[in-house]
Amino acid sequence: MKKLLITSFVAIMLASNVNAGTDGENDISNKNPGKVKDCFESINRATFKFNHVLDNVIFEPVAKGYRKLPSPVRTGTSNVLTNLSSLITIPNNVLQGDFKTAGINTGRFAVNTTVGILGIFDVAEKIGFSEYVKEDYGQTFGKWGVGAGCYVVLPVLGPSTVRDTFGSFVNVIGGDPWYNASANGNNHYLSDSDYVITKVLGGVDFRAKNLESLDNLEKNSMDFYASIRSLYLQDRQQKISNSKAVTDTQDDGDWEEIETQ
Amino acid sequence: MSIKNIFSLLTFLIIIFSNVTKVHSIEADVFIQSTVNRAAQTLGGNLTKEERVEKLKDIARETVDIEGIGFYSLGSNRKNLTDDQLNEYKKVFSEYFLKSFSSRLAEYSNPEIEVNSKKVINENYTIVSSTLAGTDSRPEVKIEWRVYTKNPENLLIRDLIIEGLSLARTQKEEFSSIINSNDGKIEALLKNLSDFAGK
Repeated sequence: MKKLLITSFVAIMLASNVNAGTDGENDISNKNPGKVKDCFESINRATFKFNHVLDNVIFEPVAKGYRKLPSPVRTGTSNVLTNLSSLITIPNNVLQGDFKTAGINTGRFAVNTTVGILGIFDVAEKIGFSEYVKEDYGQTFGKWGVGAGCYVVLPVLGPSTVRDTFGSFVNVIGGDPWYNASANGNNHYLSDSDYVITKVLGGVDFRAKNLESLDNLEKNSMDFYASIRSLYLQDRQQKISNSKAVTDTQDDGDWEEIETQ
Repeated sequence: MSIKNIFSLLTFLIIIFSNVTKVHSIEADVFIQSTVNRAAQTLGGNLTKEERVEKLKDIARETVDIEGIGFYSLGSNRKNLTDDQLNEYKKVFSEYFLKSFSSRLAEYSNPEIEVNSKKVINENYTIVSSTLAGTDSRPEVKIEWRVYTKNPENLLIRDLIIEGLSLARTQKEEFSSIINSNDGKIEALLKNLSDFAGK
């Protein structure tokens, strides 16, 4: 009950006050993610540099090593992590009022955890479940109309916004059943190291899937920091609007003014 | 004008507009598939890296609205440029774009892209959806192409949207960041573009 109260308090505070110290232009508008302000840009750039060094020294080499594992091992690992993420997705489906998808995802989790052996095999996909879309508390806050707040770069964790950072906190104050079962010590068979391992593996898996694309982006960017910021904010905007249609989230205004023919 | 005449005029207009749309939408996806095939042929052929880069640049010159993307990337800054600055920008942007475009693509070998569908937004734009087949090292990637269809005889690509992320918008925000962190001076962007193209 206490956790529920804290969560509600944080949500209300975000909804009402996050923009109080700004000029009110920080919300992710449906048509313009560029409106999210980089209020702490110099600190963010310094943290970005730190993360970049950390990535070069640790994450990238580890991701390259991970990439050398046989494909079925990587697919199985990725499937287990995706299956665990359902535990955050399902309550967020409910909080966003999407009860149908919550039901489907609960079925998916049950099938993959049992028949799919702890999620190693994505049996649900093979028997025709619809495509799985992750949801988190940051997205739910966004869906409720909470503004993004400023853009921030977190040490180790990378790009975020004030809203998304609060969203991540909800995971560790009761919003993530996997955290409750492992790190929070509600279970004799699991410990906090299991939680940490899954989070680190999630990071390595993501990095391994994006080795070439991030290298390519860095090589072809004049301001890598600004490129990553833009991509992160576009991605969050798309996830919050739950839209697959590009034209639903793109601002066509600037294009319409450009006549070259 | 009689009711009959109005009806005939409306029927005529509906036929004309539906045909125009049809021509655009069909051409846009065929155009993308043919462009992709040309690029794949270049990337999969027995060319040296330099030859490959030059061929990719030729394809980009023919199929991409480089000037349009350049203007879009400037955002509201384009309204503050003098004629000289604009001409300088067009020149360096084109060099930058071709280098960046060919360098991004040259590292892919034999990409398999299949065009799946298209959506006509208006008479100027059609979005073509495609899929880049997954490999052992990366998952399948959805790519959408914003095709400028104003001139049906000369379709041009204006943006690539990869998994919902627009490359043109990313570039626009990168340019804006460079200008803003240099006290709003366009010269800083021109220098960056020129340095990149000359690397």
